[in-house]
Amino acid sequence: MAQTSHGVGGLSYDAKRRAWPAEFNVFLALVILVGAFELIGRVFLGDSFLFNTRDNIDAIFNEARLQIIILQVSIVGIIAIGVTQVIITGGIDLSSGSIVGATAMIAMSFAQVATVNGNPNPKAMFIAQGWTDLPVIVPVLVAIGCGLLAGLVNGALIAYTRIPPFIATLGMMVTARGIAKWWSKGQPISFPTESFAAIGKGLMPVIIFISLAVLFQLILSYTKYGKHCYAIGSNEDAARMSGINIANHKILVYVIAGVLAALAAVVLSSKNLTAQAGMGVMYELDAIAMAVIGGVSLSGGRGSIIGTVIGSLIFGVIISGFTFLRLDAYYQEMVKGVIIVGAVVLDQWRQRLRAMRA
Amino acid sequence: MSDIVLKTENLTKYYGGVHALEGANFELRKGEHVAIMGDNGAGKSTFVRQITGVEQRTSGRMWFDGKEVNFAGPIEAREAGIETVFQNLALADDLDVPSNLFLGRERVLFNLGPFSILDRKFMRKATEAALVRTAVKIPNLSNTIRHMSGGQRQCVAIARTATFASKLIIMDEPTAALGVQETMQVENIIRTLKENGEPLILISHNMRQVFDLVDRIVVFRRGRIVANLRKQDTDGNDIVSYITGAKTGQAELAA
Repeated sequence: MAQTSHGVGGLSYDAKRRAWPAEFNVFLALVILVGAFELIGRVFLGDSFLFNTRDNIDAIFNEARLQIIILQVSIVGIIAIGVTQVIITGGIDLSSGSIVGATAMIAMSFAQVATVNGNPNPKAMFIAQGWTDLPVIVPVLVAIGCGLLAGLVNGALIAYTRIPPFIATLGMMVTARGIAKWWSKGQPISFPTESFAAIGKGLMPVIIFISLAVLFQLILSYTKYGKHCYAIGSNEDAARMSGINIANHKILVYVIAGVLAALAAVVLSSKNLTAQAGMGVMYELDAIAMAVIGGVSLSGGRGSIIGTVIGSLIFGVIISGFTFLRLDAYYQEMVKGVIIVGAVVLDQWRQRLRAMRA
Repeated sequence: MSDIVLKTENLTKYYGGVHALEGANFELRKGEHVAIMGDNGAGKSTFVRQITGVEQRTSGRMWFDGKEVNFAGPIEAREAGIETVFQNLALADDLDVPSNLFLGRERVLFNLGPFSILDRKFMRKATEAALVRTAVKIPNLSNTIRHMSGGQRQCVAIARTATFASKLIIMDEPTAALGVQETMQVENIIRTLKENGEPLILISHNMRQVFDLVDRIVVFRRGRIVANLRKQDTDGNDIVSYITGAKTGQAELAA
């Protein structure tokens, strides 16, 4: 029986014909992409993209490749979780890459050791003040503070001066990059404590990325905050008329995005064991691209963290796939650009198609 | 006087030099359905914007529910019990029906500030009950508003105002953009509201609809109320004469 009458007022609808979630399409794209690389690999290289082909290793999949795929996107992925929420509310955040740079510099300077191989740490910024070998919680809290402050400025600018998010976060992008360079006068900051270095070790970035993704997916689906994100993104006037405090909500969204960018900075600088002023350049665009590929609508109101996670995997597969096919990095960037625009065009088509069917 | 829900005295609104509304004296009694008619620019919407707090009046006084009121904004008016269905439906397209019904007044399981957990089951049940009460027909509550017809959207918007009602419902041309069947559905909701004794102000250009639904007709012309007639004391031609200015002067209720 196809007809089920869950409708109100005696109307019935076909539950089977419910529109499948947009995330499913994104997942399908991921599968097709992996399949394409697998096929090309088998035909032209005689090698498998996904499966283990070496006899001396006992595994079905090429685990090393799978790990690299997710590891290389997990840090930008953390940023993308925040960017997704910003885009759902109808905004945009161009500052996350620079926030990563500034936060990495500032946080790392509170995570340094006093002595390296018996000699005083040449890079230690606060050795005179004795702020070395601090417990790991200090740099982490400093980082969260940086992200919070940057997000607060972004959010307050957007909520109270009503300037477009594009401009407000562009300003923050330039300013935060300036702060990153000014902090140590352009010098890299290195030699973190062991406990700080542990944050980004091995597969830790992946674990942090996935846990944060799960947490924020739950928040978006089940809390007032999540509901209001979608409401503001789809009709800000309606949300205002319904009594939602738009200004407060926007500030909160940008603060969350800032803090997530700061956490990405902690993981990145810990993984690299150093912080440089140029860290995180273009990360904001990669994060936006992951969200857009994952089905988050740039016009607001639609998208999910799950979609963004799948979008980030598509990103990772493309990069790994190109390496696997031994194509130059130049092509990667070219294709990345095409895919970002393609994802937006596809989203527009999908919406128009649905509108026609409804 | 206790059965008067809304009363305005000399309500006036100037936009710069334009006298959009002048000296409007209006009364609405409990359970009464009143239509506001008039040509474009006659002051109907201006009048509604003043009483719902969307704009601030230039002068005049207003009483609602027995108290003199000065709404600073639409939210204050809503909290006082005035629910409005605006021409540009205040719905979020990407949310489903329960989310729209409870938008801004979500029911929560645990209060954790902005991160309060929503009571989705309760809101869904309450939505179903509300739609049944207003006789709204929606096939699938989980569909987003984006995927609904104009009539269904309008029904959701009306069901929302009726759910939280509210001491007064105002509808600004609720059927202007709807087809025949959808218009009928909306009109049925209005009849249901009448049976439930909910007072209503209906702005409409549709003469048949007005004579079908309301008790009293108030005609605006050039920012002034030019007629205030009980339905049985007038007819379509009479009303048109007032709207076009063929008949002038303040026509009062013969009461």
